[in-house]
Formats: sequence, C-alpha cells, structure tokens
Amino acid sequence: MPLNALDSQTDTAAGVSIVTLVSVGQHPSSGRARRADQDSKALELALTLADRCQSASLNVLHAGHVSDAQHQAVLREYIGMGVPSLSVLQQPSGADVVPAISARLRGLQADVVLTGSRAESGEGSGMMPYLIAQALGWPILPAAVDITALADGEFEVLQALPRGQRRLLKVRAPFVASVDVAATPARQTAWAAGQRGQLESVATDPSVLPDTVMADASIEPARKRPKRIAPAKKAKTAADRFKAATAKTASKGGAVMVNETASDKAAAIYDMLVSQGVVK
Amino acid sequence: MTDYSSELERKDPRKAWILRNRLHPLHQQMVAETQGSVQGAEVRGPSGLLRKNPHAVGFIGPNGIKRIDRQGGAGVSGADGNGNASSARRTQVEESLPLITLDAPSAYILVVVDMNNGELSAHDKDVLGQARQLADQAVEETAVVTLVFGEVKAPLEPGSNPNHALALAGADRVLVFADACYCGFAPEAQLEAMLAVERDYQPQFWLFPDTHLNGNDRALRLAARLDERPAMHAWQVKNNTVVSRGGSDLTDISRSLSDDAASDSALDSAPRILSLASECALPVDEARYEAQLLPTPAVPEVLTRIQDAGPVAVDPNQIALGEAEFILSAGNGIHDWDQFHEAARILGATEGASRVAVDDGFMPRMRQVGATGTWVTARVYIAVGISGAVQHLQGIGSCDKVIAINTDAGCDMVKRADLSVIGDSQEILAALIERLQQASDEQTGGASDAA
Repeated sequence: MPLNALDSQTDTAAGVSIVTLVSVGQHPSSGRARRADQDSKALELALTLADRCQSASLNVLHAGHVSDAQHQAVLREYIGMGVPSLSVLQQPSGADVVPAISARLRGLQADVVLTGSRAESGEGSGMMPYLIAQALGWPILPAAVDITALADGEFEVLQALPRGQRRLLKVRAPFVASVDVAATPARQTAWAAGQRGQLESVATDPSVLPDTVMADASIEPARKRPKRIAPAKKAKTAADRFKAATAKTASKGGAVMVNETASDKAAAIYDMLVSQGVVK
Repeated sequence: MTDYSSELERKDPRKAWILRNRLHPLHQQMVAETQGSVQGAEVRGPSGLLRKNPHAVGFIGPNGIKRIDRQGGAGVSGADGNGNASSARRTQVEESLPLITLDAPSAYILVVVDMNNGELSAHDKDVLGQARQLADQAVEETAVVTLVFGEVKAPLEPGSNPNHALALAGADRVLVFADACYCGFAPEAQLEAMLAVERDYQPQFWLFPDTHLNGNDRALRLAARLDERPAMHAWQVKNNTVVSRGGSDLTDISRSLSDDAASDSALDSAPRILSLASECALPVDEARYEAQLLPTPAVPEVLTRIQDAGPVAVDPNQIALGEAEFILSAGNGIHDWDQFHEAARILGATEGASRVAVDDGFMPRMRQVGATGTWVTARVYIAVGISGAVQHLQGIGSCDKVIAINTDAGCDMVKRADLSVIGDSQEILAALIERLQQASDEQTGGASDAA
C-alpha cells in the first residue's frame, strides 16, 4: 500500500464541511514570511478530501490581521492552491485567537478541522489544535496523513508513526486533525488565481487578554545547542583510568557460520529476524 | 697452600655486561641465574644493596606497549595472572551502586516515558536524568515517579526493584497502566489516567520526552485539560530556568521554573508541564533507586471516540531509506537480481544497495547506502554480498543488528556483523525464502486449525 493514501473506495459521504486553519509561516533560514509548510499540507489534504466527497464544502480560516502587505501576499498563496476564498477573522496581534476560531467553527458546523501541528513563528508549542478541540469538546488526532469519509459521518484517518509506519484510526465527525510533516507535499500555488480569489475579512470581538506568560519570558535568537560531551568515565583512581585506557574493547564480531548447510544458515538468519521483531 | 677463597666479592665484567645488555642472546639466562626464582623487580645486589630492576616491572599491554602498574596489581590485571581476582573485585563494585531510598516523599515529579516495546529509550533516560536533577535540587523530599502506559518488558515485583532498568534510570516510584484500554493509540483513556494521577499526587512537574506522537501529544492534551501553559520543545533546564525552542527553531524562550517569585504573574507563568528534547540532561549512572510500584489510582470510565484500527501494512520500498527499520542490501556478490527482489518482497524489507551495485546499474542511485549515499538508521540490516568498504560501514554505523551473507569470511562486513553467514548468496537466499514460506504456511495452517 502506498504511504499516504487510503484505499481509493468511492466516498459516498455527502455534505461534509471541511475547515482548514492556516497561518503565516516563517522560512527557517531567511525568516521571511511564507506559506507555512504544514498548513499548506493540511490544505492539500483538505482539497484531496473535498475532491473525494460529494458536495463537500471547504472553508479556509486565518485569524489575524491583513494590514501587512506581506501577510496578505502569503494568504493569497493559499488561495492560489485552488480555493475560491479565505476568511480572515480580524484579531489584533497578541490576541488569544482560540475563542474566535472555535466560535467560527461552531457557526460553520464543521465536520473536519485540519491544522498544521506546529506554528512556524512565535512560541510554536503546538497547543492551538488541542485548545480548539478542548474548547469545542471534539476529539483531536495528531499526525494525520490521509483522511477518507465513510458512511454515517464516520472517518478513517491514516496516522504517521516514526520510521515510515502508518496506523489507521476511526473517528466520528466532528473532529480536529493536525497534519504530519510526512503528509503529501502541498501543490504549487498559482499567483493569478491567488489574486482573483477573495480575502474576506470577518469582524470578530477581540478578546485581548495580556499574555503574562510571554511577557515574563525572555525571547532571544536561538543559540546553538551545546554538543553533549561523552560522559567521562568517573574513575576514582589512576588505576581505574589506566585500565579504561588500556582495556581491550569487547570484540564486536558476532557468530560466524561457515560449514553449516544452507538451510541451517537460513534458519539462523530467520531466528534472528524473528527475535528482532521485523519478521512475524 | 695459598687459600684463594676470600670474603671479597669477585666481579665478572662479562656477566655484568651481559646483564646490562638486554639484547645479548644470553641476557635472559644470566638474569635468571642471578635472580634465581625471584621474579620480582627487587634483588639484593652483590654488595647487599637492594637493587631494583626497572626492566622486570610491568607487563606488556594489548598494544604491545609496556605498561607499569604502580599499585602493585591492586587495580589492574597484571602479567602475573591475577586478572580474575581484579575483575571479580570490579564486578563487585558495579553491583554495589549505592541504593537511594525515599520512605515518605512529600512531593512528586511525574515522568511519562514513551517505553516503546516496553524498554526505556535513550531519550526516556535523559528525561529521567533531568527529573532526577530537579528532584535532588528540591527542598522537599521529592520522588521521581515514572508513569508507564502499556507493558514493562522486565517484570516489576511489588515493593522495591533496585536492579530494574527503571531503578537504574532514576525512578523512585513506578506507576504502570497496563490494561488493554491504555495500549496502542488510546489518548483519551491515557489522559483520564493522567488526570487521576494529577488528582491523587498533585505532582510538582510533569515531564515528557519531546517525541511527536507520544510525549508531545500527551503533554499537550494534559496541558489543554489542566489549562496550563506548557514548555514544549525544551532543551535545557538550568538555574531554575527552562529554555525551549520557538517556531522554526529560530528563537529560544526562557521561562522561570520557580513559584516563589513575589508577583502573581510569576505564579501563573511557571510551567509545570515540560516536554524535553533528547540530550537535555545526562542519564543517571551513579546510583540505584527503588522503582517501587505504586497502586494505580481509580480512573473513571471514559468515552473513547478515537478507535485504533491497528497498523497498516505499507510498501517497504516507499519508506525513505534513511528512516526504514529493516533493510536488505545488495552488493557485488548478487548475481540473481530477480531472486534478491523476491527475497526483499517476502521479507518485507526496504531494498538498499552498495555503491558497486548502483554503479553497475542494477539498482537506482536513491537506494545507495553509505557515506556517498544515504546514512541509514535501520534496526536490522542484512548485507548480501557486500564486503564492507569504509564508506559503506560508515553509512550503517547506527544500525543495531547487522547480518552479513558473504563468500569471504575475512571481509570487513563480517567483522562488523552480529551474525555472519559464509556461503553462496544465491543458495542462502533461496533457503531463506523457503524458510519464510514454510513459516507463513505454518501460520496459515495453524490459523485454520484454530478456526
């Protein structure tokens, strides 16, 4: 089975409301504003899911302000991926966007909410999807790479595990899913379509609470992490150090089979593979 | 008659010269004559003075260099064959790592370890080492409690387990939620269990390893439910300050861990939930702790809305070579390529290749393993017909188990491998394929019998 695709059965689910939350990213090297990598993957996944479902509606939300021309250009890149419009929930900078977004999601009667798993600027703690799920009382599924709709509002979510492994989860709508970096890369954005699309501004009541935590924290450019020095053997005496210096390293050579029959050799390999758990 | 016998010592210049000259063919013999059976370096000289022979001390070390043990064999195994005695002494020292007990802890630090396959990972041990540092700095009697979801591989006895891996990693107490409802991807049940622990123990800190699917997911769920502001992606805890990486790893955010600041805002902002990067602290290695099993608190029933439908079989060749878990790699010794691909398919292994196989056009460049290709991290690596060039061995440096199939028993890959099979690769792969098919037949046969 290919890595990021579930069985391509015909989806019969109708009227699925998909919402993707997007943010303005930051290039890790240059620091320039860009289409956030994981958010664009989330939008890609949403577009794929909308194609598969009959009469699905896809909304793209951004909470923030669009006074900055650079931010506007980035948001238009999302539109250029093939959505007609993008709603911007007007929020002043430093505002807690969770109440506004969750109210909007309730209003849209969203079934599937897709987000990236970590913002590319600011604190980047990855709390946002969890806080929205908590506010709405919906389940949250991390590290999604593919979603298919089954009948009766049930969804199958393919989850990325480490080492390229995948796991299947079943969940009922509505739910929030954050997208893994291993998801299908986002499609290219079309500049002209991005300019044609609408950047709708939605007025929301700003709930600006002072962010005391970040006010107390000190934020600096990232330092290089010190390399861990191999833990020095804590030898108590010179003799211990001497022994550590002169001791022969334990021979790493393993078992060598020369004269056995081919089937015996194969059996030895098989036993080792089974004991390591790579062959069932 | 003249009596020639005399009290005077007669000197033999020739003998003295031979004794001085270690290269003389008679040197060893003369030394043996003068020193008799005395093997020591100290001899009574002819004038009654104590003579020390600097050439007789020490022993020849493993590199052929003479080593002198100035403790008289107290610490090192010398040439006199007391190696057994000293190694026994050493194992005794290793066994008697001091056991640190804690009878009535008044505060707790919870560490939720990943424990994939029921064993502590290096990352888990680093986080436990950090928890240990926090507990040892605390004024109160603080216990490090390890919270495990799922089975622990080595069984834990009720009471103290000072020789368990968890005890050696620094856990005073252990909480195990091993019921089936906590295994696999069960975030809702696990969150409910963590909330029950929070109610019962009121831990000072919750520490998680900064792993995407386990540690971070649990930390964020707990933080969202408890309305806490966690310190995610933290990489340093020092001087009561936790430093975490911001988005895109571009910023360092430092937050104070102390609660004792006068202002109310500091009270709110001190993080209680930390997700710690690997190598945040050194693992514990100088003491043992109790690893005493705690009774699991009562967890209320929870509605599970996320169902784990189990792992999905993926095409191993779609997994990036760098992160594949199991690789079957081909080199110059492969002649039947169809058989090799067949073996990889049946084994469920990702295919790799040495540079020669790629240069000869049998495998694509993206499959090349080694310094000039991909550095792999596989847990199990089978090298078929690869003799082991330095560049290739570098590329498989972080592999756990290496199996070599080769015709040459003296090649470098055999020295590196944990299991080496010497013989014709075609023959052995055929036998292996047969063995695998036999096993799968047995499995299906057993299943039909059971049904």
